[in-house]
Amino acid sequence: MLFALPSRLRRRGILGMNERNVGYIGEYNSRRFYPLVDNKLETKRAATERNIPVPELYGVISYQHEVSSVIAMLESHDGFVIKPAQGSGGKGILVVIGRHGERYIKSSGQEVDAQYVRRHVSNILAGLHSLGGRNDHAMIESLIDFDPCLASFSHEGVPDVRVIAFQGVPVMAMMRCATHASDGKANLHQGAVGVGLDIGTGRSVGAVQHNRRVTCHPDTQASFTDLQIPHWTRVLDLAASCVEMTGLGYLGADVILDRERGPMLLELNARPGLAIQVANRAGLRSRLTEAAHIAAEAEDHDTRIDLARRRFSVHSW
Amino acid sequence: MVSTKTQIEFIAGVLMLFGVGLTLYKVFALGFPLLPGDYREVWTIESKVSFQPGDGPVDVGLTLPPAMGGWVVLDEHFASSGFGFSIREEIPRRASWTRQLVDQPTTLYYKIQAYRPLERALPERSVSKVKPPRLESDQKVAMDRLVTVLREKSSDVESFTTLLLQALDPQSKDPDADFLQSAWDDDLGDILLAVLAYAGIPAGEVRGIRLEDGRRRQTLSSLVEIHNGSRWVTFDPRTGQAGMPDDFFPWQRGSQAVLDVLGARNSRLEFALLSNSLPARNVTAMEQRAGRYALLNFSIYALPVEQQGVFKGLMLIPVAALVVVVMRLLVGLKTSGTFMPILIAIAFIQTTLFVGLGIFLGLVAVGLWIRSWLSYLNLLLVSRISAVVIVVILLMAILALVSYRLGLDQVLTVTFFPVVILAWTIERMSILWEEEGPHEVLVQGGGSLLVAVLAYLAMSNRLVSHLTFNFPELTLSLLGVILLLGKYTGYRLTELYRFREAGDQD
Repeated sequence: MLFALPSRLRRRGILGMNERNVGYIGEYNSRRFYPLVDNKLETKRAATERNIPVPELYGVISYQHEVSSVIAMLESHDGFVIKPAQGSGGKGILVVIGRHGERYIKSSGQEVDAQYVRRHVSNILAGLHSLGGRNDHAMIESLIDFDPCLASFSHEGVPDVRVIAFQGVPVMAMMRCATHASDGKANLHQGAVGVGLDIGTGRSVGAVQHNRRVTCHPDTQASFTDLQIPHWTRVLDLAASCVEMTGLGYLGADVILDRERGPMLLELNARPGLAIQVANRAGLRSRLTEAAHIAAEAEDHDTRIDLARRRFSVHSW
Repeated sequence: MVSTKTQIEFIAGVLMLFGVGLTLYKVFALGFPLLPGDYREVWTIESKVSFQPGDGPVDVGLTLPPAMGGWVVLDEHFASSGFGFSIREEIPRRASWTRQLVDQPTTLYYKIQAYRPLERALPERSVSKVKPPRLESDQKVAMDRLVTVLREKSSDVESFTTLLLQALDPQSKDPDADFLQSAWDDDLGDILLAVLAYAGIPAGEVRGIRLEDGRRRQTLSSLVEIHNGSRWVTFDPRTGQAGMPDDFFPWQRGSQAVLDVLGARNSRLEFALLSNSLPARNVTAMEQRAGRYALLNFSIYALPVEQQGVFKGLMLIPVAALVVVVMRLLVGLKTSGTFMPILIAIAFIQTTLFVGLGIFLGLVAVGLWIRSWLSYLNLLLVSRISAVVIVVILLMAILALVSYRLGLDQVLTVTFFPVVILAWTIERMSILWEEEGPHEVLVQGGGSLLVAVLAYLAMSNRLVSHLTFNFPELTLSLLGVILLLGKYTGYRLTELYRFREAGDQD
């Protein structure tokens, strides 16, 4: 069928864009907390204060005249990531995974020179990749050495886990895997695979690409059926802590899993998208209602997560 | 504490009831027509006499139009603050404003409402003897040749006049006509009258106004009338056609000055024009009631014509806003910029839909192409957008010039497109193209255009413009609807498609 009946979507608890905007973002996310989320530097600072693990920050470039010093700053690092502090939708992120003499190797395998890196930083400062074209800062971060058990699930990109948390309760989660079609980006509408994750166990419950069900990664052929996110408890704990950290009642936390340091907070989103429902084949609406009950029942951070894990658990596959 | 939802519902309810209630009151108690049914085109013509102060007393005389050629004047108003005012009931009638001392630039107003129920020719009048014009010898030779040639080609006085108008047309290459035109560096009317007089044809000038809806600074134009032996026939010098054009309001027969100003400098006579579709009886009835119902003094009709014209357009914008709200919140179309579609729709009103779409797509396509080159140059954002603005202006100029040369006058309306909005659209589309690919450009660009077209269709709808202009209080109801939609939490149409799989499952 081309269209779903509204009554059917409602019964399945699907959250629509209007309800998300009016009922959750408008209601629970006060605008004054947005800068903390929209600016990745601020997020990182606040997270460090609370001992939430984040990728290491090598340096920040704030002014055009500092651009020439960027190469010196990168001297001691083989791999690094340069990104705009206020970028949106994963734009303007340069991932360098190694060196070949004087040249840098991008995650796609392409080699670029120092001039390319400087121009990239200069573009970031001019606001090319930032919301509304504002002047921005360029952050240089450590390269994520992501957990080898997830390596086969992503093509040319870092797989991350998006957890939606509401009032300190983790509500729904998915892993986003870059594909060749998505050009190494983790956006679902560009062709990345979304893998729904069981809140209870961190195991996959299903995967979709382009809104269609898939069972294995289109490029690496790795089967999603046996996917299990390691350190699941810490992933949920991290996401729930972000609610307390930011003051935002409804948010999406993007978590990456480092080989050595375990789950780390990559960035936060005050307006998380609705695609997670497609990946999970479940509605956010009913879960959010339940999450509100949990938040009312339990004050304690760990109890809330416990209750969520028990109530939102679903049968895998 | 009342929830915001209840508050909104209450406010929206009050607004909608107030708007609809006032409308119903105006329909049933005051007899305003709810539907644009058997309407006549009523023209409001506002004459503005403006002048700079001179020394000494000022005396302004304005010839008033007698209703002729089937025109009926429904109503007339004079505005003359601080001036002595009188109307001399001679033929033609003349209004006169006088004042001892004027110390600042002044504008006097004379407003009439007129419509033309019947298409009549101008009334008969006596034919005076034709006086031949005084000519230099070389002019006489040229005139003689011209008249002889035209007489040979024509069968009667009327065809003579038509041929003469063709010969005097700047496009024609008649050497005698050209010479005469260079000799009289005056306007067309004078040569015309001179040639007609030389040919012994009784002729005169008819001065009046060419009616264009929404026109602000119209000046007087002229027709020419000739006596064909049995009756007077009017010709439009622009087209060469016989008969009174529909869009011409005759003000005065004869070449005398319409406006005389003594004791002041730089006097000007300009007209602001507005056409309303109203039943004539309603206009008369309304004018009679205007004194009795305070409500009517607060209707848009109470404003000066220029502002009425502006409001006619302004009151349509809420309708376009409603279209945008519905398409975005209920349907879920993506548009590039929230109100960009409204501005494009307003431009479409001036250009007409298909021409407008063509111009818009052309400009954006060429703009995108040039913008991709600018992107390669790696400029800072502000200067890049400004560069795009300038490029858009240049494109408009080129488009206007080329189309004018090709005789496509309609394309000249390109200037009605808001330049800055176009530039931003190009910039956004270009960034979208680089970051998300052409598919997303198609989705957002197509969404914006679709919303713009729908907004245009709503705004150009006769019923809609009738309702918004005659019942501005309906805008309050519209506001109520938009407030309510702001609290709509149901699904969007596109979401029913997006989540169709989720709905399918058991």
